Amino acid sequence: MTRYDVVVVGGGPAGLAAALSARGEGARSVLVIERDTKLGGILNQCIHNGFGLITFNEELTGPEYAARFEDRVLAADIDLMLDTMVLDVSDDRIVTCVNAEDGLVRIQAGAVVLAMGCRERPRGALNIPGFRPAGIFTAGTAQRLVNIEGLIPGCEVVILGSGDIGLIMARRMTLEGAHVACVAELMPYSGGLKRNIVQCLDDFGIPLLLSHTVTRVEGERRVEAVWVAQVGDDGRPVPGTEVRYPCDTLLLSVGLLPENELSRQAGVELSSVTRGPVVNESLETSVAGIFACGNVLHVHDLVDYVSQEAGVAGGRAGAYADLIAAGKTPRQGHEIALRARDGVRYTVPQSIDPARMADRLVVRFRVGGVFENRYVSVYLDGERIQHRRKSILVPGEMEQVVLKRDELLAHADLSEVTVRLEED
Amino acid sequence: MEERTLTCIRCPRGCAVTVTLEDGAVVSVRGNSCPRGDAYARAEVTNPTRVVTTTVPVRGSDTERMVSVKTAGDVPKSKVFDVMGALRGIEVTAPVEIGDVLLADVAGTGVDVVATKRA
Amino acid sequence: MQDPDYDVVIVGAGVSGCATARELSRLEAHVLVIEREEDVCCGTSKANSAIVHAGYDARTGSLMARLNVEGSRLMPSLCESLGVDFMRIGSLVVCTSEDMLPGLEELRQRGVDNGVEGLEVVDRPRLLELEPSVAHAALGALWAPTAGIVNPFQLNVALAEDANVNGVSFRFNSRVSGLSRDDGGCWHVSCSTGDVTCRAVVNAAGVHADELHNLVSADRLAITPRRGQYYVLDTTAGNHVRHTIFSQPTALGKGVLVTPTTAGNLLVGPNAEDIADKEGTDTTAEGLAEVAEKSSVAVRDVPLREVITSFSGLRAHQPGHDFVIGEVPDAPGFVDCAAIESPGLSACPAIGRMVAGIVRDILSLAPKPAITPWRSSFVSLERATAEEWAALVETDPAYGRVICRCRRVSEAQIVNAIHAPLGARSLDAVKRRTEACMGRCQAGFCTPKIMEILAREIEGVDMSDITKAGPGSGIVIRTDRDGSAGDGR
Repeated sequence: MTRYDVVVVGGGPAGLAAALSARGEGARSVLVIERDTKLGGILNQCIHNGFGLITFNEELTGPEYAARFEDRVLAADIDLMLDTMVLDVSDDRIVTCVNAEDGLVRIQAGAVVLAMGCRERPRGALNIPGFRPAGIFTAGTAQRLVNIEGLIPGCEVVILGSGDIGLIMARRMTLEGAHVACVAELMPYSGGLKRNIVQCLDDFGIPLLLSHTVTRVEGERRVEAVWVAQVGDDGRPVPGTEVRYPCDTLLLSVGLLPENELSRQAGVELSSVTRGPVVNESLETSVAGIFACGNVLHVHDLVDYVSQEAGVAGGRAGAYADLIAAGKTPRQGHEIALRARDGVRYTVPQSIDPARMADRLVVRFRVGGVFENRYVSVYLDGERIQHRRKSILVPGEMEQVVLKRDELLAHADLSEVTVRLEED
Repeated sequence: MEERTLTCIRCPRGCAVTVTLEDGAVVSVRGNSCPRGDAYARAEVTNPTRVVTTTVPVRGSDTERMVSVKTAGDVPKSKVFDVMGALRGIEVTAPVEIGDVLLADVAGTGVDVVATKRA
Repeated sequence: MQDPDYDVVIVGAGVSGCATARELSRLEAHVLVIEREEDVCCGTSKANSAIVHAGYDARTGSLMARLNVEGSRLMPSLCESLGVDFMRIGSLVVCTSEDMLPGLEELRQRGVDNGVEGLEVVDRPRLLELEPSVAHAALGALWAPTAGIVNPFQLNVALAEDANVNGVSFRFNSRVSGLSRDDGGCWHVSCSTGDVTCRAVVNAAGVHADELHNLVSADRLAITPRRGQYYVLDTTAGNHVRHTIFSQPTALGKGVLVTPTTAGNLLVGPNAEDIADKEGTDTTAEGLAEVAEKSSVAVRDVPLREVITSFSGLRAHQPGHDFVIGEVPDAPGFVDCAAIESPGLSACPAIGRMVAGIVRDILSLAPKPAITPWRSSFVSLERATAEEWAALVETDPAYGRVICRCRRVSEAQIVNAIHAPLGARSLDAVKRRTEACMGRCQAGFCTPKIMEILAREIEGVDMSDITKAGPGSGIVIRTDRDGSAGDGR
């Protein structure tokens, strides 16, 4: 069986950054397995700009950002298997994959980095009543059709969901000559970046209908109209508020779901909040030697943070693989729980071993609602060590706190680290 | 005296910036948390601009049907659809490198349209 | 007078029409199947519970009962020879109320009278052994080991492919608008794609069978579309139950069933609602809510959160609640194969034989000396071992290119589906033959790829021409840049 120090599942931004970092950490052999015919992942179809402000201090489009990492990967003596689907990752890190040239291939990895990204929630999962006509697309599928295939899905569009993909596609369709009648959003706030509200909706006069949802689709063979209703505080449509929008296309931007089928098969413990693996400070999952990063771990908004996170996972995977190759057993960690409380919906990682931490650990989190004028506080057991004021915190924008190893080690008998929001 | 509040789009923070104008000239800017925001707000109320990103068909590439493109810099917001119109019917031939100028001085803006993807 | 174009015209390419076509293809006859939609299996045959019922439910002495039991006996070997997925998982009719327990014994007796084997009324302890996920209120059940589940799309397609390979012609996107019989006894079928003449007509037109029948007979037939809505749950919920679970009907009405499918999903439904609109295959908020509510009667903790899609199907219900199969007395040569509601799928092998037998006797058809054996090329990579998959890639590298990642459907399977007899031309047609698009992402990932393959493999077709389900359902409406409408509109 072929052996690699580090096998990275997925050649999108997370996989590429992880592979580079693993190589940089000294892993002798690194392999990236990607199911598409090229590297870049979802960035290949994200032709809009806004990527790389943090990483490169430039505003790049998705493909440009991907190319920067791809060039470095190609120059870094990292092996690639493209057009290859990973079918299984075992708990002893045997990766099974298939492609047309080699058939079924099994690879023994020293360490595995899961970087499979996420998929979109489809109409079927929402049970929107109606027929099953052509013309209903998730926003990402429509984006692929427009930007990769050069096909415009329709002319009269209604969009459900104001997440970034929905907003981006509102602009994209409009620029291509379609008319976007409205963007309906179930919540009383938008899930997308402010910048996208301005540049994708306001710029074109596309109304954003907060606290609204699509209650029915008309049209047997092709969408003919959708009905949009207000929703009450209970999230259910308010009778009598339905408005009919004639259209031929319904785009859905109603949630991204980390793609963890392989993780499940490997026995990796998943968090029901993030829908991604539960990880420690090294971004290692509950299965030794299997690491996770990027959208498969938790859905990100900024690719720059994906690259940073993947850099950590890849580096730690490389270090793990080195130990394995040297015949050593990686030390069992003493994990301290990292708790999300009081407005903080989740943290990644979910546990920390201070002895294994680097100097600094970035803890990423999301809040569960819209909060104004709050403090983001970090507690080591009962002792507050951070207390930072934020004028605005929204679910659609990932936040972070940075923990210092020295501080954690200095705290005697540390049993729990908490990240919470406080009013003062 | 005129006051306009807008959302800065220079980074994800989306600061609410208030610009005070007198006789069409900017008198003060507040609410931004960095100089980029100040510059953005001033420009946005006096001369709003945008970068346009779209795709054009490419011929002769093994890997791509479409090449993604962008205006190399900002163009006046009012010219966005003119830029799209100027790109209609354009077809590019492989090979294409990132940064290749595919259409110079698009719609008389003085800004080039460049490729953002290899093909 | 000219010879008729065909000996037999079958109207409708659902399981009934195709089972009949396959049986007729064993006889010396020119047969044409006329189908309104773009493919076989586009009506009730694609929107049902996919159950092969044991046969205790239908009234003793009815045609339904006889053909159900016969069809259920024929199904396993038919599926085996055609290469269609069939699993004999058994079914349980669960009783949740003390006063309904005697009803289980009545049902068992009816089954015995109908000729069903192996039926057994089981008590709660035995029921729990058989089905741990059964509801807390479950007191006992009728256990029917001969019941099974089948892949209805594969079955319908395979029957049609077999018929076609053995000489039966098929016309799609063709509507029958008129029927008349001339003095010479020849039938004239007015059809949107060209009129045809024939000596016998088989009416397998599903919910529209009454309309066809009433064109030729003074003896009115009335078909009411009875809509049933379903949830399809992810394969992660597929083994929530081991058998097909029915709720015993109570005073409140019929329950819904919960069953695994041959592809590994969980199916929940249907309710039953008589509607006026024969095209009413839409789901409704009320209907789905009703199914959700009833789902918990016989089975505990049905994980409805794992729903990946929902659909509705119409049963062709007729007031007498029995199949209407036979030559119409005042329309010689016109054979009804109508009111084929549940257990129509289960009975279809027997229905095919019966209808073909009637036509054979009317036309005095002789058997063919030889037939071409047919086995469809359905493959399941989801269930294949690593070695089996590797071997397939050896035969065709395109088995190594996964297109539908949710169901592990490879490019080879899609290409085969396109080039098979009566091959796929639309996304839905590919779906029926391969399981692609039926996974948790509901075609989000594979749609552009399948469009590309269809356009590549079919002469003279662009990606912008590809439809979801035939004319009027183009995936894209405009091609890039030039603003011209794609074929879909």
